[in-house]
Amino acid sequence: MKLSLPLFRRTYQLQDQIDKFFDNLSEASVIYKLAIRAYFDNGVCEEFETRLERIHVIESDSDALRREIEKQLYSNTLIPDSRGNVLNLIERVDELLSVYECSLWDLQIEKPQIPKEFHEKFIKLTRMVIKAADEVCLSSRAFFNSPHDVPAYNHKVMLYEKESDMISAELKTAIFSSDIDLSSKLHYREFVEKIDDIADKSEDIADRLAIYAIQRII
Amino acid sequence: MDPLVLIFLTSGLFLGWALGANDASNVFGTAVGTRMITWRTAAIICAVFVILGALISGAGTSHTLGKLGAISALPGAFMTALSAAIAVYAMTKSGLPVSTSQAIVGAIIGWNLFSSNPTDIATLSKILLTWILCPVLAGGIAIVLFKSFQFTSKRIKVHMILSDALTRLGLIFAGALGAYALGANNIANVVGVFIPANPFPVFMIGSFEISSTQQLFLLGGLAIALGIFTFSKHVMMTVGDGLGRLSPTSALIAVLSHSIVLLLFSSQNLESWLIEHGLPSLPLVPVSSSQAVVGAIVGITLLQGIYAVRWSVLRKIVLGWVVTPFAAATISFIGLFFLQNVFNLAVV
Repeated sequence: MKLSLPLFRRTYQLQDQIDKFFDNLSEASVIYKLAIRAYFDNGVCEEFETRLERIHVIESDSDALRREIEKQLYSNTLIPDSRGNVLNLIERVDELLSVYECSLWDLQIEKPQIPKEFHEKFIKLTRMVIKAADEVCLSSRAFFNSPHDVPAYNHKVMLYEKESDMISAELKTAIFSSDIDLSSKLHYREFVEKIDDIADKSEDIADRLAIYAIQRII
Repeated sequence: MDPLVLIFLTSGLFLGWALGANDASNVFGTAVGTRMITWRTAAIICAVFVILGALISGAGTSHTLGKLGAISALPGAFMTALSAAIAVYAMTKSGLPVSTSQAIVGAIIGWNLFSSNPTDIATLSKILLTWILCPVLAGGIAIVLFKSFQFTSKRIKVHMILSDALTRLGLIFAGALGAYALGANNIANVVGVFIPANPFPVFMIGSFEISSTQQLFLLGGLAIALGIFTFSKHVMMTVGDGLGRLSPTSALIAVLSHSIVLLLFSSQNLESWLIEHGLPSLPLVPVSSSQAVVGAIVGITLLQGIYAVRWSVLRKIVLGWVVTPFAAATISFIGLFFLQNVFNLAVV
């Protein structure tokens, strides 16, 4: 519902900033998936670098948005009963964006030469964690617009997180069952965990959202 | 004008000040307590609308108080208002919630008893009935509003930030309405007893005639506004903590229900409209804004379950409602005795 009244100009500005913040999360999720795909196709190629640069820009933009939202919420004493929850949610989503960026940076710096036999599973894991992140993004938007819908999205987050855990366990088992040297095994495991961390962080956010939504529903 | 008039009026103004200090919290306390509106904004809106309510719609409930006991001597009116004010002050001091309406009704009955003036039983029972009807009606209205809000909020998606802005606007609107209703309904408590004494000469501004009653209402309204500005901040900040913390939306519903009930009991236009359409009308009686807001909060809390209500706090509140009129009547009776026999003033 949008009321086109000048009285609500500042309200809509803040509303748009919050929406933009979650748009950034959706966009970053898509770009992250494409960057991982590019890495497994061609290593640290031009496409990978472009995607990483884009994630970096989104992350910086989101940081600025987070600060602006925090400033407005406090300086105008808005949503006094939910302010703490909103700020906590935004900070946690910002951390999720940092995980995207850090994970890609580590790939760019360390350039792990992951054997082809594991590529498919890495891509499958990435797809699954991004699904969890997408659902948490929808859940967060629902928290602002229709808190009654939050549990439905959270249910999917939990489902994708479990699936991600299963894939990551399979992948780690495959890595440690292979003939490669131990230092490489440990190195690859670290990347499995970094990608899986996206689903774990999404689940943490969903857990919080579940409580915040109950508090919002009077 | 006799300077004594001003001295006698001070008790009414003291009562007005106490009403402003206490009852403004019923109107804006939840909004200020939930930090949706600053105290300054609340005080300004409350003061302006209390005065407007008193001047525009204050006459309705005054007639009922007049029927209960027409105190024609100024010293008698002085002591009646003073007894009510002392009862309000003493009850507030002892931590019991207080109703100015009950205090003034108790004080008038005290005057009736002292002057051997028969109390109009029909009017008294009408007033007593509203003391039960007012919180029950406020609770019922709050439940209906709350359920309607829940029903609507599930179907219309409103962003949290827009919802916050709309709730703020709603609190200001409901608060203004509540303040207007408070002025209209409760001005009779403050200066109603002085109306039969007719203390002011008619005053002319151009072709406008300002009657003694209107001057009294303006003075009473200003006293209430003074109470709001000087003493209501602390009460506003702490209101709502007793019966349970409210969300801004529940706060809005509580204030709205309170305002609707006060208007129902004070609007002469609404009364004639209901009668014209063959609908049952409510008596125009000064009801307690505390009773209305407590009834509304209990109504909302009951929706969360019977155990969500802090019954011990509610018992204390109800006890306060029972004790207030008796305390005011006793103080009034004793005070009138002293005024007549020690100061040799005609109180009847």
